Amino acid sequence: MSTQTTTGGSVPRKVPPSSVRGAAMRGVVARPGLEAVEVKGWVRAHKWLLLRRASQLGILALFLLGPWLGWWIVKGNLSSSLTLGILPLTDPFLIAQQLAAGQWPYKEALLGGGIVLAFYALFGGRLFCSWVCPVNIVTDAAAWLRRRLGLKGGKAPAAATRYWLLGFVLVIATATGSLAWEWVNPVSMFHRGLIFGFGLAWGIVGGIFFYDFLIAPRGWCGHLCPQGAFYALLGRASVVKVSADKRSACNDCMDCFAVCPEPQVIRPALKAVGQDHPLILDADCTACGRCVDVCGKDVFRITTRFNRSES
Amino acid sequence: MTMNDKVQSSRRTASSAPPPRRRFLKDAASVAGGAGLLALGAGMYAKQASALPATAIRPPGALAESEFLAACIRCGLCVRDCPYDTLKLAELGDSVATGTPYFEARDIPCEMCEDIPCVVACPSGALVRELTDIGEARMGLAVLIDQENCLNFLGLRCDVCYRVCPVIDKAITLERMHNPRSDRHAMLLPTVHSDHCTGCGKCEKACVLPGESAIKVLPIKLAQGSKAEHYLRGWEEKDAAGQSLIGDQVELPVRGMEDKAYGDTRLRPGDDAPASDPVPARPAAGGLDSGWKP
Repeated sequence: MSTQTTTGGSVPRKVPPSSVRGAAMRGVVARPGLEAVEVKGWVRAHKWLLLRRASQLGILALFLLGPWLGWWIVKGNLSSSLTLGILPLTDPFLIAQQLAAGQWPYKEALLGGGIVLAFYALFGGRLFCSWVCPVNIVTDAAAWLRRRLGLKGGKAPAAATRYWLLGFVLVIATATGSLAWEWVNPVSMFHRGLIFGFGLAWGIVGGIFFYDFLIAPRGWCGHLCPQGAFYALLGRASVVKVSADKRSACNDCMDCFAVCPEPQVIRPALKAVGQDHPLILDADCTACGRCVDVCGKDVFRITTRFNRSES
Repeated sequence: MTMNDKVQSSRRTASSAPPPRRRFLKDAASVAGGAGLLALGAGMYAKQASALPATAIRPPGALAESEFLAACIRCGLCVRDCPYDTLKLAELGDSVATGTPYFEARDIPCEMCEDIPCVVACPSGALVRELTDIGEARMGLAVLIDQENCLNFLGLRCDVCYRVCPVIDKAITLERMHNPRSDRHAMLLPTVHSDHCTGCGKCEKACVLPGESAIKVLPIKLAQGSKAEHYLRGWEEKDAAGQSLIGDQVELPVRGMEDKAYGDTRLRPGDDAPASDPVPARPAAGGLDSGWKP
């Protein structure tokens, strides 16, 4: 690996690398999207990022309007909420844990869980991760800082760990007869902390930041989080997908790989590895749209799973 | 020939790297092991941290603590619908299971709303909706835990816990007792009755003692002993049966008490029984022998 890095480094930059893997060995792109900013302008090169931050912060603001200003549009937190006094929404991940622990919720929670389940199953499971979950902002910040400081390497657990962890979360719920994961779940804890008060939960959020920043690149969201794994499984057949439909224009600049929180999902679509169509169908893709933003050649776009066309 | 080549090449790969299935199993085992350890850690921490401190009281209608921890999804909707800001969600480090609702009576007690909005708001089943009469709530049980500092036990008429009790004269009564210290006053002792106390904690909040309250709401498990089922209470059985179960007791005559009701051993003034000395003894004024003579 180290020999490849040195030989790769001696290749002049203007020569397009022969393979994506070879380019990846060349090193981390410190500031991906510079070309896109030049070509498309800053706003268009950050369009999906801005929309995503607006979505994340807007949803958080809806929850905070009540306790801060007394405008009770949404009560509760992401675990379960009541909007305008009629619309119940419940996290199906919590209902799954509750059922595993041997308790049956009221019909409001089942209805709310069903609505959320249907939404993410239809549109995209990990839309939750990139468009709603507040931890995403923390781990994105860690990844950004990592790139800017040029930190390479690190030790992340296998990406499949989260699926095992999801299984074990349900097992310990049954074994302990309690929602044991919720004692430590940073996702629900962070959101609840922002709305109801933190206590020492800052420690857990800070822990995730430093874990992602210093130890494991994209460690939490991309390798460990069982809640993200739950939503990934939920959205296996969902509709909203990213497509590399102009992959013929790709100049192998690697910017998309540098920003993607789940870089392994890009290759099959972009380089036609193991598939012909340019759709990213991997359930780990969070449909965050950063690859769309940072690509100077407009290779990617957000579309549906039915659109397999290539231009 | 070509067949032979193929066999050789496959042998070569087999010797240089472990077969894919074995490698897959090895990788999967390490990943699963790591995830399992993480989950085990979370589970053990959860088990260890599931003890509820005695001063933390669950909302009305809460399931028993072990079931509550399986049902509550920590959404805080009960907290939002509590009109008196009594309920709060435990934060990490509060020594109550993170994110679950509780209140501390000395801070803000439960006001016992008749419509019980916290129970109505709960979507998870952790607060049982069969509770429709707040008088039936059993959040805990008040215990007059410090009889040394309670003002009523000192012989004063504080009575504040009794006065503020929403179930006054049922959940808390004042029991009149002789005050042996002054020997001439009564003590009115606040006494809690578990069949009416809801555990709202208004008594604990109102106790006038400056710091800790003398009367505290405790979890019922902590406050109450288990009933001695093997012991039949004669007076209750007698009430239920309409008569004593063991029949009338044999009355034996007591010499000198023949004119009194059976069991009455009191001496009345004028009875010329043992103490016939008309002059009461007086306490010594100074020293062991004051030299006083009648």
